[in-house]
Amino acid sequence: MAVCLDEADGFFCAVSATVLMDGAALERALTRMAHEIVEHNPEAGSLAFVGIRTHGVPLARRLALKVGSILHREFPVGELDINMHRDDLALRDSLPKVGPSQIAFDVTGKSIVLVDDVLFTGRTIRAAMDEISDFGRPRRIQLASLVDRGHRELPIRPDYVGKNVPTSAGERVRVHLTEIDGNDEVVIER
Amino acid sequence: MTATTWTHKDLLGIQELTADEITHLLDAAAAFKEVGERAVKKVPSLRGKTMVNLFIEPSTRTRTSFELAAKRLSADVINITTTASSLVKGETLKDTALNLQALNADIIVIRHSAAGAPHFLSRFLKASVINAGDGAHEHPTQALLDAFTIREKKGHIAGLNVTILGDILYSRVARSNIWLLTKLGARVTLAGPSTLVPRVFEEFGCRVTHDIEEAIRDADVINLLRIQHERQRQTMFPGIGEYAAMFGLNKERFARTKPDAMIMHPGPINRGVEIDSEIADCGRSVILEQVTNGLAVRMAVLFLCAGGRISAEGAE
Repeated sequence: MAVCLDEADGFFCAVSATVLMDGAALERALTRMAHEIVEHNPEAGSLAFVGIRTHGVPLARRLALKVGSILHREFPVGELDINMHRDDLALRDSLPKVGPSQIAFDVTGKSIVLVDDVLFTGRTIRAAMDEISDFGRPRRIQLASLVDRGHRELPIRPDYVGKNVPTSAGERVRVHLTEIDGNDEVVIER
Repeated sequence: MTATTWTHKDLLGIQELTADEITHLLDAAAAFKEVGERAVKKVPSLRGKTMVNLFIEPSTRTRTSFELAAKRLSADVINITTTASSLVKGETLKDTALNLQALNADIIVIRHSAAGAPHFLSRFLKASVINAGDGAHEHPTQALLDAFTIREKKGHIAGLNVTILGDILYSRVARSNIWLLTKLGARVTLAGPSTLVPRVFEEFGCRVTHDIEEAIRDADVINLLRIQHERQRQTMFPGIGEYAAMFGLNKERFARTKPDAMIMHPGPINRGVEIDSEIADCGRSVILEQVTNGLAVRMAVLFLCAGGRISAEGAE
């Protein structure tokens, strides 16, 4: 257990952080998820990966590479920014920064693997599924999440999970990825 | 890029915005532009909100653009034009606006011939007030879409030479553009007949010249403005033909511009007056892209002003 200082509110408060997965564990989880994706998609030709910004995007790229190296082919990867599709805009004091989504392939008929870092209430996934439907009509959408921390508010369940982590609602699960944060790690903060 | 958050319920003008806020809005517009390229060109961000287009002065492109922007954000839209409103029966603007608010309108987009009309409404309305052009004062969304287009094509705004050519005196587009471009660090040159481009505009922080050759020679961007016949109380120059000969962007002058100078026009264009037909349609003209970008910029404006709780509480 480590103690770090959080300066968020202008004063220092102690936050304790526990490492749930280190780089090696994260790598093993992704490899296993890639094999599960291969197993559950016998007609892999229609597979495509869509990552939810920000941390879902590098995870989608890694999964696409791993599945690709197993099947010896390349799979398309798209990026989704779900902020325009949120259902809580009218409840928020400040608006999220919106960014463009980039899906350079036709989603119609594809088996989409939607990738996010942490699955929590399920509202992000609901928004992401709505948004993907605006690009076309996929044959199916599957959900891959590195961490499932529970507390669902919608009937959504992941198809591929890196690690199930029982949490309390007040805890924060943070995924750090080399592409964005410089290291691979999953931590829980209380 | 910036950590700025948007805190305005209204968009009254460019004058009230900081450079960071402008950049924040342009970044959001880039995201909304992508929505227009999808199979389903619609997002649910303003679902359940109502926008009223209150146009007390004629307009097709701005009104249509706002209407489409609102619809692409899933808002409901009502259009009110002068002739079809109770304003012709003697109702005041304030009463009309309060009646619209009583119908739970969340956003009122107003165009009015009187400068300051949107500012007046914003003082007592809880709804978001968006200025779609007030007299010869401001036309903020036009300046924002011009800046968006420049940034998209040139990659940046700071350091660019931007020439605004034509009727500056009666142009709200010119004022909003001057404020925006100088805030973002561009060098602005105003040019046209001395009656329409008085020296007093130097106080805005730009260069004023009445020599068109000098104005266009070093310009990275040339923004042509239409002669605002409807706003001129007396003749400010001898005639349309003479204006075209003296200040119109024709082929000879176009040949003397920088090879990558970009040609802009807020529309509606008067072909053969301020710009030759062939130049309006050439590869360096971005006139139609401005229209496309206008939609994205207006989506961003509506989203930022009315998307959050700020508007619901009427706080600023």
